Amino acid sequence: MLEVRGLVKHFPIERGVVFRSAVGQVKAVDGVSFTLARGETLGIVGESGCGKSTLARLLLRLEPATAGAALLDGRDIFAMQGAELVAYRRQVQMVMQDPYTSLNPRMTVGDIIGEPFEIHPEVLPKRARAARVRELLDLVGLSPEHIDRYPHQFSGGQRQRIGIARALALEPRLVVCDEPVSALDVSIQAQVINLLEKLQAQLGLSYIFIAHDLSVVRHISDRVAVMYLGRIVETGTVEDIYQHATHPYTQALLSAAPEPDPALRGGSRIIRLEGDVPSPANPPSGCRFRTRCWKAQQRCSQEEPALIARRPEGPTQLSACHFASETIDPPR
Amino acid sequence: MSHLLEVRDLHVEFRTRDAIAHVLNGVSFHVDAGETLALLGESGSGKSVTAQAIMGILDTPPALVRSGQVLYEGRDLLALAPEERRTARGAGVAMVFQDALSALNPVFRVGWQIGEALRVRQGLSRAAARRRAIELMEHVCIPAAAARVDDYPHQFSGGMRQRVMIAMALALEPKVLIADEPTTALDVTVQAQIMDLLRQLRDERGMALVLITHDLGVVAQVADRIAVMYAGRIVEQADVHALYARPAHPYTRALLESVPRLRRDGEPLKAIAGLPPNLTRIPPGCPFHPRCPMEIPLCHEQLPAVLELPGGRLSACHRARELLDA
Repeated sequence: MLEVRGLVKHFPIERGVVFRSAVGQVKAVDGVSFTLARGETLGIVGESGCGKSTLARLLLRLEPATAGAALLDGRDIFAMQGAELVAYRRQVQMVMQDPYTSLNPRMTVGDIIGEPFEIHPEVLPKRARAARVRELLDLVGLSPEHIDRYPHQFSGGQRQRIGIARALALEPRLVVCDEPVSALDVSIQAQVINLLEKLQAQLGLSYIFIAHDLSVVRHISDRVAVMYLGRIVETGTVEDIYQHATHPYTQALLSAAPEPDPALRGGSRIIRLEGDVPSPANPPSGCRFRTRCWKAQQRCSQEEPALIARRPEGPTQLSACHFASETIDPPR
Repeated sequence: MSHLLEVRDLHVEFRTRDAIAHVLNGVSFHVDAGETLALLGESGSGKSVTAQAIMGILDTPPALVRSGQVLYEGRDLLALAPEERRTARGAGVAMVFQDALSALNPVFRVGWQIGEALRVRQGLSRAAARRRAIELMEHVCIPAAAARVDDYPHQFSGGMRQRVMIAMALALEPKVLIADEPTTALDVTVQAQIMDLLRQLRDERGMALVLITHDLGVVAQVADRIAVMYAGRIVEQADVHALYARPAHPYTRALLESVPRLRRDGEPLKAIAGLPPNLTRIPPGCPFHPRCPMEIPLCHEQLPAVLELPGGRLSACHRARELLDA
C-alpha cells in the first residue's frame, strides 16, 4: 500500500540576519526506504535525533522532501496537488505524543473531534456530524455524553483517546502514531495500546508506530525498522529484530532496555556504547555508527554498508552492517 | 539501632481554594548506607512529594506537612527550624532532579554551579571550588572535564547534563542521594550509562540511594528494596526479587501484568481498569478497591492496615496472605 523510496530531508543551517546563507545541512532523514501493507503495523525505533519524528512529518506531507518518493497506491505523495492532495490528507492521519498540548484547551471535545469535518466538509453533511462524533467517542471508549466537555476535564489517557478519535474521524487508512503512549502512566499505557490494537482489527488500519520503548514496539508491531542518524540500520519482522538482531546498534539498544525482571539484572548483559550520537549535521563517513561500534574496521569508514539481507535464515531481515555475520564480543 | 534515613507516618496535604488534596497519607520507610530503595508509583502517587518533604523544598503553602517525622541520623528534620534543618540535613542528603535542563541555571557556567555549594558551605575560594568541580566532573565521567568546566548547560547533551546534576549533588559528599526520575528524559543507551554511574557511586561511597521512578524495568535492574506507592500510601514493600516473583498487593500484580515485555510475545495486555483516584476525594476503605480485581465488601469499608508478611515484606491489602499463598 505504502512504499517509501530513498526519502531524504535536509534542513539548512542558516547564518546571518539580513543576508541569510546556508552554512550546512542537518541530515535529519537521509535515504529511508520501506514498505507497508494494508492492516500492517511498522514499528520505528531509535533514539532522540535519529529522524523518526521528521519521517512522520514527511509522510503526513507537513514537510516537503529534499529527495526521494513515498508512493501510496503507486502515486507519489510529494507530487500530489489540489484535490488529490486533499484526498491524501483524508487517508493519512496522525496521533501525537503529548495529549496535554495537542488538544486545544479552548475547544470542546466535540469541536476537536469534529474539526476534521470542517476541513473536509464533503465527507459528512453538517447535520450528521454530531452523531458521528458521538459514535467516535464511543468507539474509543469515552462516554458520548462528554461531547461538551473541555480537554482539562479529562485525564492523560482519556485525552489520548480524544486524539485517537480525532485521527479516526475521516476514516483514514494509515495512522502515523508518534510516541502515542510515552507520556502516559504504565497502567494507562496498556489501555491505550489495547485500544489501538482493537481499532486496527476492527477498521483494517495500517499503523506506523514510532516509539523509543522497545517493549511497546515489540508488542504492537508486525515489522520493525531501527533508525540511527537518519537512516534505517536494520529492519525485519519482530522475530528477526528481537531474536536475531545482526546490527551492532540494534543489539546495543536491545541490551540496554531495562527488563522488569530482577533475575535478568547484572552488568554483563548490557552492551556499553561509548559517547553520544554524532551530530546529524556532520555524520561520520561510511557507516554512521562506526564511531561507537566495537566491530568497526577500516572498511566501515570508507564504504557505506547497504541495507540488504545478510542472514541466510532470515530473508525478510535487512541489515546495514558489513560485519553482520561476524561475532565479535561487545564491550560489556 | 536507628536507620540512616527514616520517614515515619508522613502526612502531607495541598490546600487549594476549593479543596484539600490528601497527597501523602502515612508514608513510612527507611534506607541504610549502601542500599538502594526504589519508590515506585504512577503520577500523583506521591513519590516526588515524599522526596520534596525530605529535602524541605515543598512549596508551603499550598503544601502542608500535617504530621510525621523525617529522621536523618536519628534527628527529626521536620521538627527543626529551617536554618537548623539546612545545617542538619546539610551535606547529608542530596537530590538529583528529573529534568536536568530546567534544574540547571542556563546563565551560569556548569563549573560555577557545581562549585556553588562548596563556596557557600565550605568557604572554598573560587579557584579551589573550580578545581574541585573539575574533579567531580571527572568522577562522573564527563570527558574533557577541564575543558568543559566553563561551558554552559545548553552546550551539553541530555546525558551529560544529568551527569552535571549528579556531580553537583555529590559536591558535599552526601550519605543519602535521592534521585527523582533521573533517567526518564533520556534515551535507553544513555539511561543505562547513568544507572551504571549511580550504582558505581553508591558502591564506592557507601551511599544510600533513594530512586524515585515509575519505570518497572529500571527498578528491577538496580533496586534492593521496593516501596510501591498508590494514592499517597505505600501499599507494598519488599525485596526486589520477592516482589517481582510474587507480588503481595493486587496493584503491584496488576502493574507487572500491564507492561509489555521485551522477551515475550504479546497476548493482549492486561490493562488496569479505571483511573487513579482524585486525591481530593479518595474513596473510603482501600483506595485501590474501585480498580481491584480482588475486592471484597470489607475493602469498601475498612482501610487495610499494613501487614507484616514472611520475609520482612509489608502489604496493605486485606487479602495479602491469600495472594502469597495462591
